[in-house]
Amino acid sequence: MKDIFVLLEHRRGEMRDVSVEMLSGAAKLGGSVVAVLLGKDVDEFANKAAGYADKVLYVNDDMFENFNAEAYQKALSALIKEHDPGMILIPNSAQGVDIAPALAVELEAPLVTDITAIEMEGDKPKPTRQYYGGKLDAHMAMKDADVYILTVREATFPADEPSKSGEVVKVDNPVSEEIAYRKFLEYVEPEAGEVDITQSTLLIGVGRGIREDKNLPVAEELAEALGADLAASRAVVDAGWMPSDRQVGISGKTVKPKLYLAIGISGAFQHVTGMKSSEVIMAINKDPDAPIFGIADYGIVDDLFKVVPKLVEKIKELKGA
Amino acid sequence: MNVVVCVKRVPDTAESEVHIDASEKDIDKSRLSFGINECDNYAVEEAIQIKERLEGNVTIISLGGKDSDEVIRMALAKGGDEAMRLEDDAFVGGDALAVAKALAAAVKDLEYDIIFTGALTDDDGFAAAGVALAELIGVPHATYVKDVEILEDGKKAKVGRELEGGLMEYLEIDLPCMLGIQTGINEPRYASFKGIKQAAKKEIALKNASDLGLDASDVGEAGSWAVLEKFTPPVVGEMAEIFEGEPEETAAKLADVMKEKGLV
Repeated sequence: MKDIFVLLEHRRGEMRDVSVEMLSGAAKLGGSVVAVLLGKDVDEFANKAAGYADKVLYVNDDMFENFNAEAYQKALSALIKEHDPGMILIPNSAQGVDIAPALAVELEAPLVTDITAIEMEGDKPKPTRQYYGGKLDAHMAMKDADVYILTVREATFPADEPSKSGEVVKVDNPVSEEIAYRKFLEYVEPEAGEVDITQSTLLIGVGRGIREDKNLPVAEELAEALGADLAASRAVVDAGWMPSDRQVGISGKTVKPKLYLAIGISGAFQHVTGMKSSEVIMAINKDPDAPIFGIADYGIVDDLFKVVPKLVEKIKELKGA
Repeated sequence: MNVVVCVKRVPDTAESEVHIDASEKDIDKSRLSFGINECDNYAVEEAIQIKERLEGNVTIISLGGKDSDEVIRMALAKGGDEAMRLEDDAFVGGDALAVAKALAAAVKDLEYDIIFTGALTDDDGFAAAGVALAELIGVPHATYVKDVEILEDGKKAKVGRELEGGLMEYLEIDLPCMLGIQTGINEPRYASFKGIKQAAKKEIALKNASDLGLDASDVGEAGSWAVLEKFTPPVVGEMAEIFEGEPEETAAKLADVMKEKGLV
């Protein structure tokens, strides 16, 4: 079996968790694991990756100080052509999705994105991914090719303890031309709001099931009765019903309250990532197959507009007692 | 500033139960409602706003059957000027790269400054067709875009990409380019009654594989590197303890657990 390339991801001086997760997962697939790292002054990350990989190929160059899809694509395609790996794992992150499809077209390589599991059929991966916001698993078959590209969902593989001491090879930047079409400017932090939900003890997560912003008082009354803060799914924030600093999930905040009560949230992976470590998770949703019930401790399958007002009454009774 | 927007009609499954059909490769769509893919709706709005600021025209393209016309007409009603629908039995079952090939053939003779796609679709969620399209036609790209500003000379754009944790990455990109639009970038408008009436009369140019100069073996399932073998229900961890009964009872049980756990 040919080598497995694993593209490591780092941002603003930190290696992202998905890097070690992918290296740990790749080590169980059969081939030699080659960590590929593009950055500027990333010797420390290269040495760390050696604990999980059979080999680390890394490039230190100003060009890779910040992410640039064009620079990454050029460097990766050159390294792939030189080293001829059989599979390439790329994080299914905002960086990864900006590179992988273009790289696949350039290399004429099969691509499956956002995978949640891999089985091997000889040298060929058979990935699983999700459709319809996590409501179904899809088992994918890939045609025979020299190299397969997979983007891997974060937290798909558990991160192992380091157990290898791979060879660390610093290579010259394979990209000689200037990156002309795309230029990094700056990072801008999200604005802080009046409540920092990462500090809240009790959170009510409001989802698409609330249907209209004029229904928000239903959730507000519950929050008030319980003494909880309101959080939101992406759909509610996108619709402008709640401010973005309340958003929980991959592109929002990660919260770990004592209680997360999800109302009208289906529980797509993007949201669940931000709240799955809550101590107690409760969910009210009318779809019995909503993925949120797979992560919740307690659930009610019903119309939130019928249940929540009753819940407010009960909580008031308990508090009054 | 001419903008092409690629849109897809998808079933609305966010609030509905999803059932695998007998083929195991599709879902039972008989009881689902359909509409424009959510990101695409924001992409249409962004295109129309650019046209309103800088003039030019907006072309809507969709790959799909006759049913996709309703999604196209809604985009026209909001301010789109022209439309093209790509339909051929040969397009069915295509992965993101196969879809990108059809789109690439469709845009090849158009004059455009920007191509928008949604950053990802609500059904398969590949998040790949737009970036693959950019590579096929040889223009720069950025995806997960949540802010677009056309710079004064009209030759570049300043683009904000949404990263994990809500961090924004700003970059400058040459036009023409392909941008994958993320939800929340704007507030999509509703179509006016007048717009809907006008859109009903507009022509939607229909193109099949041969019109686009594509061989049937290059597109659809035949032209795909990855195909769906079968669906299964997702593997879930330990299911929640579900309280049964009338709202009165279930709410009481949930409140009791809160009390037990010291949360009330």
